[in-house]
Amino acid sequence: MYLTKEEELILAGEYGYALQKAMEILVALGEIYGADRLIPIKSAQIAGVSYKNIGDAGIEFLRDFADAGAKVSVYTTLNPAGIGDDEFMEKQMQVLELYRRMGIETTSTCTPYYGANLPKFGDHLAWSESSAVSFANSILGARTNREGGPSSLAAAIVGKTPNYGLHLDENRKATVVVEVDAKVETFVDYSALGYHLGKALGNDVPYLRGLKPSNVEYLKELGAAMAASGSIALYHVEGETPEYHRAIDDRLETITVEESDVRAVREAFSDDWSEIDMLLIGCPHASLAEIKEIAELLRMRGRPLKIPLFITASRAVKALADALGYTETIERYNGRIIPDVCFVVSPIKGWYGGVATNSGKSAFYFRSFGFKVRLDDVDNLLKEAP
Amino acid sequence: MKLRGRKVVGGKAEGELIVSRKPLSFLGGVDPETGIVTDAESDIRGQSIAGKILAFPRGKGSTVGSYVIYALKKNGKAPKAILVGEAETIVATGAIIAGIPMVDGIDVSKLRSGKRATVNADEGLVEIEE
Repeated sequence: MYLTKEEELILAGEYGYALQKAMEILVALGEIYGADRLIPIKSAQIAGVSYKNIGDAGIEFLRDFADAGAKVSVYTTLNPAGIGDDEFMEKQMQVLELYRRMGIETTSTCTPYYGANLPKFGDHLAWSESSAVSFANSILGARTNREGGPSSLAAAIVGKTPNYGLHLDENRKATVVVEVDAKVETFVDYSALGYHLGKALGNDVPYLRGLKPSNVEYLKELGAAMAASGSIALYHVEGETPEYHRAIDDRLETITVEESDVRAVREAFSDDWSEIDMLLIGCPHASLAEIKEIAELLRMRGRPLKIPLFITASRAVKALADALGYTETIERYNGRIIPDVCFVVSPIKGWYGGVATNSGKSAFYFRSFGFKVRLDDVDNLLKEAP
Repeated sequence: MKLRGRKVVGGKAEGELIVSRKPLSFLGGVDPETGIVTDAESDIRGQSIAGKILAFPRGKGSTVGSYVIYALKKNGKAPKAILVGEAETIVATGAIIAGIPMVDGIDVSKLRSGKRATVNADEGLVEIEE
């Protein structure tokens, strides 16, 4: 891989230990994946935030790095944090403080694009949350690989990333065409379709035909579910996403999704209400429009929920919901908006036994943690919930 | 026997080989306190990688595995060097942040546990005692 004079000096340690380590990571990855050079990035999104995931080893690494003077050189945000008992929260705060010392915005969300980390078409990024990666690549037309925590941090510090994978035009082409011959209309239909495709396709770049999503949240959910059950980082939807018109230039294999495929996912997550003791909306983190819809549905329901409703969202979206009065309405009906955290990365086993959600991604993870799961659209959930 | 691979992390080391024929996960697969392999699917389960030259085909599992390699180093239980068939992000990043010499492109099927190995990662060279 070609390095500029300055990059060589950084690698040789002339700019200190932290930059040297960061550059070593980027150069090693560049060599592994055959990059020709490093390219500048516009922003970074860093995974490895929940103490449940990184543990004491992660804290130690981050502390050593921050003590060595590591500082990010591009706008950088964090993945959601976890919530747990007092001991857990103390460690969790240490993690956030270490990231803050490195100059990172400690807004911790899987939807940084609902705040100030909103890339534009063609921007190169180093993002590391699978649903955010899918959103940036597919819906915005920005370019990022699926980074791991340390590689996105290294890229944020150097301000560059190796030029390989989804940064290159040729790897952004579709590898399979998906004919959707099923009724896919609601949030959960998109979720179920994504879940099915992730399992069926692995790490393909699918080109989907036959979808007319009525809002961007449906596409967000489609991508999140695909990235959770598979490792899809980019998809195209004919007539909808910004790169679809140049995504196909070969004869591609075509697969068909039928009504029964989507229904099978919904039926796989249909545990009885008697086994559900919490409602969870906001995976990926809810938008203001989703929160507004919940407030209106609760007002129509007219009686408080007997089981708690948790809505996870970014701090930016929560602030807007507060200002517009939605938070107050939701709290009146036994709901809470919890900013900057994620239940999937929280040690909450034992707190609850069953979760009702509209997210295929959460359904997938909570089932794997041994929870009962009910997957349905938010209007049905809020109508039927005890 | 001399093998030639590619430098991932530079440095030199000498020690006893421990060879896994299967891909290795560090998160949940290796105890960072003791260096003992705990991965239920591993063929070197129950053995320690501390102070050895560790060889395996490739890494697998969560990207948090990089931090486990860092913790092994901090706890004095890290391998002296890492040899792999194919480098991927998790192990490469772990070896870099922990400063463990690492070479990829090594045909692990030719190696046997218990042999002495000399690793010159700067040159990508591995020498195994016959």
